[in-house]
Amino acid sequence: MPVVPESLRDIRAQFPIFARTVHDQPLVYLDTAATSQKPARVIERLRKFYSDEYGTVRRGSYLLCQQSTAMFECARKKAASFVNAERPEEIVFLRGVTEAINLAAVSLARSILKPGDEVLVSAMEHHANIVPWQLVRDMAGIHIRVIPMNDKGELCLDAYEAMLSERVKVVALNHVANSLGTINPIKQITALAHGVGAIVLVDGAQSAPHLKIDVRDLDCDLYAVSGHKMYGPSGAGFLYGRYSLLERMAPYQGGGEMIDRVEFSESTFEDPPYRFEAGTPPIAEVIGLGEAIDFLHDIGLEAIEAWDQALLAYATARLSAIPGLRFVGEAEARSGLVAFTIDGMHPFDVASILDRKGVAVRAGHHCAQPVMRHFDVPATLRASFGVYTVPEDIDTLAAGLELARDMLS
Amino acid sequence: MPRMDRKEQEALIIDHNRRPRNYGKLDDADCRMVAFNPLCGDRYEIFLRLDDVGRIAQANFTGDGCAVSKAAASVMTEVLPGKTEVEAAALFEAFRAMITSEPDSPFDAEGLGTLAVFAGVRNFPIRIKCATLPWRAALAALHGDQGEVSAVE
Repeated sequence: MPVVPESLRDIRAQFPIFARTVHDQPLVYLDTAATSQKPARVIERLRKFYSDEYGTVRRGSYLLCQQSTAMFECARKKAASFVNAERPEEIVFLRGVTEAINLAAVSLARSILKPGDEVLVSAMEHHANIVPWQLVRDMAGIHIRVIPMNDKGELCLDAYEAMLSERVKVVALNHVANSLGTINPIKQITALAHGVGAIVLVDGAQSAPHLKIDVRDLDCDLYAVSGHKMYGPSGAGFLYGRYSLLERMAPYQGGGEMIDRVEFSESTFEDPPYRFEAGTPPIAEVIGLGEAIDFLHDIGLEAIEAWDQALLAYATARLSAIPGLRFVGEAEARSGLVAFTIDGMHPFDVASILDRKGVAVRAGHHCAQPVMRHFDVPATLRASFGVYTVPEDIDTLAAGLELARDMLS
Repeated sequence: MPRMDRKEQEALIIDHNRRPRNYGKLDDADCRMVAFNPLCGDRYEIFLRLDDVGRIAQANFTGDGCAVSKAAASVMTEVLPGKTEVEAAALFEAFRAMITSEPDSPFDAEGLGTLAVFAGVRNFPIRIKCATLPWRAALAALHGDQGEVSAVE
């Protein structure tokens, strides 16, 4: 059993949720890939902002507004440093990855994509990186093509390379696949895409909580992050965009804050990132996200990454011993989760039995129906890890799976 | 039947899952219908034989899915015989009302008979569609519908 490293030893105590029970059992939370629990400092940051500091941003001349604006822009600097952006103006605050990809698809369709252009997505995408492209497909006259994967859940890079041509204008894929845990070789994929002049958009929903992100090293053009999966409040995330690209991109939503001059005949728009932040943003949530980034930096992303790999190895070994258990997603490079089925047991039944033991896992298609079809399963069980996960959680999961087998087979 | 506690209810559901009643094709069925939930892969076929006055004489099923849907199909095939289409629809409405009601709220256990064992489904709203899937197929079959029923709730 791996030993919890020094930097994570008292982390669990910082998460108030673990003080409660579920069906009279201690909570074993293994669904961080869906959303993470929140540390006390993030909760306290929200409370303090709403109690003592609340005001809108960028609109008023009074003190509360000036301070609120300063805190909001400070969060932008933290987000920029979190992904190693060149400048804070490359960070657009949004609800999360779903909104970021919708923004990218609509904006690129309005400003850059031409009829006949191709958008490549991977076979292991979340619906959030498939459907937004389908929604703009007819408006923009574009084609969507799919980079295939093998049966271990790894992208077929030869096929990808063969698909690249000057018609390909966007390559959109996840850094870590939410249904499989695969870590995709973004740096290599980006280099190849740039060879044909394509823009690379990375869905970082599952990578940001587990890996050190460096957009300059990856050299990607757009990188989307959801705050609620990385210990921040729900409702805030961001899109990193290379500034020279953001400048070429049309607005997504219209409203206050994103304009320069408004006439009834037409309007001119603010520079990025404000061009993409129409309306009052989720102010408290963004400030809370800044606190979550500090929380991650204080632990150290290298330590988080190393612990994640230790948990992954332990879970893989521990669950392999369960008869009939088959992993779905066995890529060499993986992060954050194990997905599996058990012969003769329906994932929803297993999840219900685990719930009664206090174990929260996800059963279903994980918003990745094409991935389920590839592996010919209707649904899987997924156990995903966070900074608060300990090896004993995996032991409890394994015991719960044994119990489910006794009850169901 | 006497009121059962949660453990007894679960035991009965698990028993119906392990040893489904009326399981197998009915070659002389008057109507049949496939029920499919693409989101979780549950797939059943319901077979109904009717008597001279249109009452259900025999109900059978085949297929596989989760424990809740399989037990629901099994218990359904036990309670349907003797019922007309109208009576079957009324029973399903009472069943559906129970499993979509607030946890711990009262319901007419007398009228539901064995179906009352599914009361626990109220605590798991995501499983409601599992319990209703075979019923929706049976009612569609009685109604003379063609094709297949897919899960919505």
